[in-house]
Amino acid sequence: MQRVPVLKLGDVLIVSIQIDLEDQSVLLLQEDLADAVVQRGAKGVIIDITAVEIVDSFIGRMLATIASMCGMLDAQVVVVGMRPAVAITLVELGLSLNGIRTALNLEKGVALLDHIRSATP
Amino acid sequence: MSSLREMAVASSADVVGVRQLVRSAALEAGLSLVDQTKIVTAASELARNALVYAGGGDVQVEIVEKGPRRGLKMIVNDEGPGIPDIPQALTDGWTTGSGLGLGLSGSRRLVDEFDLKSEPGKGTIVTVTKWAR
Repeated sequence: MQRVPVLKLGDVLIVSIQIDLEDQSVLLLQEDLADAVVQRGAKGVIIDITAVEIVDSFIGRMLATIASMCGMLDAQVVVVGMRPAVAITLVELGLSLNGIRTALNLEKGVALLDHIRSATP
Repeated sequence: MSSLREMAVASSADVVGVRQLVRSAALEAGLSLVDQTKIVTAASELARNALVYAGGGDVQVEIVEKGPRRGLKMIVNDEGPGIPDIPQALTDGWTTGSGLGLGLSGSRRLVDEFDLKSEPGKGTIVTVTKWAR
């Protein structure tokens, strides 16, 4: 099973998913991220799904779980790079991912994190 | 043309394999990118259902034709406990597992034709078709 690497840039963790997501890999990522947020004192997490061809209900639910889990650990999550076809499919599937912040790309994701942090002292 | 492809689902790695199989067949059937994404997502949901609720199953994929239209037909078959109440199982949010209860109901919305046959104690067969536009 492949592991998704977690990179650190300042106090932001960057996770770029470049593999075909197996359920176990997603569960592992959840644990790795929780550890990384605490160990590295990260304030933000960007999950890049540019290369992800499909998000089904399991992967979608795990993204939402990761976002609330990191929130509890005082790190804000932004999911970036969702493909248009993935967005269309998710809505039709019935999963609107309401609790998740998104941005179109990495650059906008970083800007959104900055904005969130300047708004919440 | 009607090359039937089949694959067993026995692990979560096989669910990824099913996605890849369905993706390549959907491309061959001439489905648009959005429709490919929808049928691959439905395949992922249904293959995972077979794995989680029946311990595994198999998936058959076939390119079909109706007049000038081409499409992709997929059959997900398992020999699990079956579904006692099918209308209930097709309701958004209904689950006996730990998921969101969107697998079956959501998959039905993602495809053009959806048929579910199930017999308690014998298993479940889900047949779906997505037509190229």
